[in-house]
Amino acid sequence: MCSYLTSATALEGSGKGASGWFSLTSAMAYFDHPYHSSAEHTLNIDFLNENEGPSARVAVELTADSARALLRCIEEALAAAGTAAAPSGSYEDCHPRPRS
Amino acid sequence: MYSGLTAEETVIAGHGGDEINAYVARPHGSGPFPGVVVIHHMPGWDEATTEIANRFAAHGYSAILPNLHFRDAPGASPDDAAAASRAAGGVPDDRLVGDVAGAAAYLRSLSDSNGKIGVIGYCSGGRQAFLSACSLELDAAVDCYGAFVVGTPPEGMNMRPILHLAENLHCPLLGLFGLDDQHPSPEEVDELENELKRLAKPYEFHRYEGAGHAFFNTTRDSFRPAAAADGWQRIFAFFGRHLAA
Repeated sequence: MCSYLTSATALEGSGKGASGWFSLTSAMAYFDHPYHSSAEHTLNIDFLNENEGPSARVAVELTADSARALLRCIEEALAAAGTAAAPSGSYEDCHPRPRS
Repeated sequence: MYSGLTAEETVIAGHGGDEINAYVARPHGSGPFPGVVVIHHMPGWDEATTEIANRFAAHGYSAILPNLHFRDAPGASPDDAAAASRAAGGVPDDRLVGDVAGAAAYLRSLSDSNGKIGVIGYCSGGRQAFLSACSLELDAAVDCYGAFVVGTPPEGMNMRPILHLAENLHCPLLGLFGLDDQHPSPEEVDELENELKRLAKPYEFHRYEGAGHAFFNTTRDSFRPAAAADGWQRIFAFFGRHLAA
């Protein structure tokens, strides 16, 4: 399956890549062919800093079940943090990546 | 099978004269040899695809694998370059055609070339092989489960519908598809076949039961040995007929 569908979001945070830690500016998520996993399709996430070039990337390739489990973990962690992790209203919803 | 081959990375002139890198595998011997342009899948210019080029060389073809993501991330690793290409909307169709033209020109320029050039692509490369065969003077083309030859590509990608280009198909087309695939679905494969029939274009399609997308890929769970073995036989028979001097 080549879905080609990609969703993107701006984000703030840090990630650790091949050359160490760097600031993140965005993330891409897509369910498509992986590079490394043996699964035919995986939920792939690229955490990026687009200002620092294509190698400023933290990549994960997760099976669909694993991705859903991760989503639940993230939601639980955020809920447990209470007001400390309350939505600020400043984040941007995930969206299909615009045509370049 | 040939007794030896030589493989190396080189630089070729791609679309617009841009320099891009490419992997080239050539059989030992005096030739003359036909050439094959191998189009990698969307995850990139990877080891599995270089092994496909090596396989062609072992069977007496000079094979070239242009790095279609080179411009998106010069000097980056192939996986980072693939991600950068995706983030930019994928490989634009016109750039792809120019890069395949450059790769074909490189093969024709080899002193041991017989002048015949085929193209083969997998996954997204299957669509790009069809696009190349409708845009360039090539001698044979193989589409391995290329999605969106039929239908409209998703918004946000640098791709356009291409089925209407079938009337410009310049060479025989071999299509290899899994009946469990959804992109392309069996119905989409039928639609492509009907269009080729209507236009009286030379083609040969094979559909495999129990196989889905990427059944040739030995590094994936989707690998189907029986379908892949039959598919390779079809490919070498097809190229043998159409690329012989």
